[in-house]
Amino acid sequence: MTSRVAFLECGGNSAALFSPKPLQADVQALHGLVSCAEWTGVKLSTLLEETGVDPKAKWFIAEGADAAHVMRSVPLTKAMDDAMIALYQNGEPLMPGNGYPMRLLLPGYEGNMNIKYVRRIKLLAEPAMSYWESQVYTEPLPSGKAYQFYFVNEVKSFITQPSPGRPLHQPGVYEISGIAYSGTGKISKVHVSADGGGSWANAALQEPVLSKAFTRFRMPWRWNGGPALLQSRALDEAGNVQPTRAQFVAQRGELSSVPPLLAFKNHHFNAVVSWAIDNKGAVTHAYA
Amino acid sequence: MRMHKMLLSTFCTLALGIGVAFGEGRNLGRPIVPADMAPWDIGIEPSGAGLPAGSGTSDQGALIFADNCAACHGDGGKGATTTTSGAPAAPPVVSDMKRSGIDDTTLTIANFWPYAPPLFDYIRRAMPWTSPRSLTDDQVYALTAYILAENKLIDAKQVINAQTLPKVQMPNRNGFIIRPESTPHD
Repeated sequence: MTSRVAFLECGGNSAALFSPKPLQADVQALHGLVSCAEWTGVKLSTLLEETGVDPKAKWFIAEGADAAHVMRSVPLTKAMDDAMIALYQNGEPLMPGNGYPMRLLLPGYEGNMNIKYVRRIKLLAEPAMSYWESQVYTEPLPSGKAYQFYFVNEVKSFITQPSPGRPLHQPGVYEISGIAYSGTGKISKVHVSADGGGSWANAALQEPVLSKAFTRFRMPWRWNGGPALLQSRALDEAGNVQPTRAQFVAQRGELSSVPPLLAFKNHHFNAVVSWAIDNKGAVTHAYA
Repeated sequence: MRMHKMLLSTFCTLALGIGVAFGEGRNLGRPIVPADMAPWDIGIEPSGAGLPAGSGTSDQGALIFADNCAACHGDGGKGATTTTSGAPAAPPVVSDMKRSGIDDTTLTIANFWPYAPPLFDYIRRAMPWTSPRSLTDDQVYALTAYILAENKLIDAKQVINAQTLPKVQMPNRNGFIIRPESTPHD
């Protein structure tokens, strides 16, 4: 068995930011469908070396023993890279809600693909086009087409302190802190701005910086008591840069009306998040 | 179904005897024979590979739908926003709804699904919500025929079986962009 740290994020995390106007909620409600843990198990490549692989196989399906028998198609290249059959989380057997006795772990891929209660792996020449890839985890685009097999949760960050519901109380020195991660690899840099992206500075990254794992960033900041607009922008080792919301919306679009907070009408939102601070220190969600 | 490189037996060994298996290197698990594998092998491919024997029609499906599906999906599969039975309100499976922008709650079988065989796959593996895998293959074929016919994707008299289902043309078949980083490569 092997162990590794990996984040696990729902493809719908941060979907509230597809709203045409910023929804007012705390960081947990807006961006909280993500976690990071140490996973222990058997690499899928080890098992496939044992069984042998048909040369025609390009994909595998993983299927759960839950009521819906959730089935997802995954490129075989992921199986040979870092996919794992995980039996332990943070040193303990998987808890029932996390897929006991074992689950598929696909570091960096959207949460739904990390099949819980995994009961079956099968190699295929083509993807299965299950319900979860024919409808649910597809991403409609402004052009009328839709992305299919949008697996990687791309480079992303958000500031957790200060944040909505965690205001500043008087002018002085504060620590801006947040979380960055990328489904592609290690975080290489996080930039922080207090003026809505007009100027940026490099944040300190808390060691160890691990591939496809949470990386805490920190930045000392003197609040002079005036309005400010806090942003973080993460970069990963592959050179990917977290897009601005305007850049993101230009490609992926936004909803025509404000949705309920938990509507999840699209997936894979990874643009820069903005927190507005007023002259009383209150923090609200803003678009900038 | 030529790829029999299943890991099921390996998984069972790991689940039951991880302490023994760990550290012994090769020769994990034991071979499994196709007959033992068959009951587990419920997945259907878009080509129709994996579809079982049996068949059904929309008329047969209408009765099965009323008994097993309408409590959540509404009369005629038109969807429900509330139910009186305590069942969850479920989205429509019969709908002429048009897609609206990037809102994925406006995606339907008729306006979005690229292939028809996954409809059989999903009904059989996941439905009815209260007792998945309780329907016979004939019943699942009949429900598949009913949903396709009510969505005007097949003729109302069409018999649906392993030969006819993969031939059903879905209107949005070419509506997808495969993400390049998700395309398998050697």
